[in-house]
Amino acid sequence: MSNDRNPSRIERYSPAERLNHWITALTFLLLSCSGLALFHPALFWFTQFFGGPTWTRILHPYIGVVMFASFGALAFKFWHHNLLTRNDIVWLRRIADVVRNREDRLPEVDRYNAGQKMLFWTMIATIPALLLTGIVIWRPWFAPYFDIGVIRLALLLHAFCAFIMIAGIIVHVYAALWIKGTIGAMVRGSVSRAWARKHHPGWYRRVTGGG
Amino acid sequence: MALQSLDIVRRSATTTPSPQQRQTTEVAKLIDVTKCIGCKACQSACQEWNDLREEVGINEGSYQNPHDLTANSWTLMRFTETEENGTLEWLIRKDGCMHCADPGCLKACPSPGAIIQYSNGIVDFHEENCIGCGYCIAGCPFDIPRLSPKDGKAYKCTLCSDRVSVGLEPACIKSCPTQALVFGSKEDMIEHANERIADLKERGFENAGLYDPPGVGGTHVMYVLHHADKPQLYDGLPQSPRISGLVGLWKGIFKPLATAALALTALAGFFHYVTVGPNETGEDEEEEKA
Repeated sequence: MSNDRNPSRIERYSPAERLNHWITALTFLLLSCSGLALFHPALFWFTQFFGGPTWTRILHPYIGVVMFASFGALAFKFWHHNLLTRNDIVWLRRIADVVRNREDRLPEVDRYNAGQKMLFWTMIATIPALLLTGIVIWRPWFAPYFDIGVIRLALLLHAFCAFIMIAGIIVHVYAALWIKGTIGAMVRGSVSRAWARKHHPGWYRRVTGGG
Repeated sequence: MALQSLDIVRRSATTTPSPQQRQTTEVAKLIDVTKCIGCKACQSACQEWNDLREEVGINEGSYQNPHDLTANSWTLMRFTETEENGTLEWLIRKDGCMHCADPGCLKACPSPGAIIQYSNGIVDFHEENCIGCGYCIAGCPFDIPRLSPKDGKAYKCTLCSDRVSVGLEPACIKSCPTQALVFGSKEDMIEHANERIADLKERGFENAGLYDPPGVGGTHVMYVLHHADKPQLYDGLPQSPRISGLVGLWKGIFKPLATAALALTALAGFFHYVTVGPNETGEDEEEEKA
């Protein structure tokens, strides 16, 4: 909290937002481990983290409901920062410069860059789909109410959406490690002025009133 | 080799081959529906041998009892009335696991060793490894496995693997009073079926035939049907059963490709870090603002 009063730091996420993010992140971690355990036999040993294979099967859907609710709050809070702009299209076209750390060649970024926004919309697409397909295949409670053809489709879509989501989160986590100074934003809530000016100049100007 | 009377050649959620050097004779149960009188002795024998008891149900105007397979009823006489062949016919089919050569349940199962296939063709559930996910139900083209409300495990006909392993025939076979049920090597059963089919054709059932569907690699429970051209007449026996394309895609190509793609995504991140390197906010940039 002392960082908030440090003039060289700018608040990026409030304590409530951080808590919301990390509940989502921890439930995601549990869900991806338990889900992958039942997806590929090579990862079946992940079931040991959940008290065994049957407990893994029992717990996974309940954790999923928690993640959906938690992500829902996160999405409600942040969706308006994630609307795509003309600059975002240019940013995406220059993705080769992005991965080479040549930020001087990129259009000005506001609170989120186009990559972050793409991740947001990927989560918006996959998490509700995972909830809906997850309910269809949830035994013993809900699956018996659905036609077997619907269940089969839901099983495939659930695996597919989870794959897209996990791939997206791997990129998300890597980006946080790659862009130094980012993790502090979500752990302590603040970023340095230099970080903000370098990576999110549009946002920096808005929150500092010029700078 | 472990001392066991039946060799396991395939087990669920296992990516390397199971021992399959020893070749035992493929067995089969042949159900001749044209000889079945619907007495349900096989249903009783199944429950008797396997120590199962079905709940007393409600009569809904059919001899079919219970109304569907359950975790306690691994076999069920299905009764159908049809006039499709120019006369009223009462078709009775003993339903239960078909013991597919290419079992959809085993393909879909995520728990190693919960579903196994013996070299004699029997597909068996090992409930102690079952996690209750119900994927086997989605994998099965015949709608056979049932989850028990008591323990959350999936159950189905074992083809009396315990009896077969010591040289006995399945309990249902033993109880059949008309020899509509016979058991032996698959080869012998096909031969016997062909004799029956020739006889039926002579008696005017020109579409009589053997039901041993190739879409699932053939089965180790086969039917002699008087209307082999219309198996769906027998309470929806599928015309050409096969593992659903959705299940095939999910447990076939998608499973290894998606897993590899996720591993490669993480690896790509690592390689990016050690080549391009992290994006740091330099000290000069920090000072600039001060």
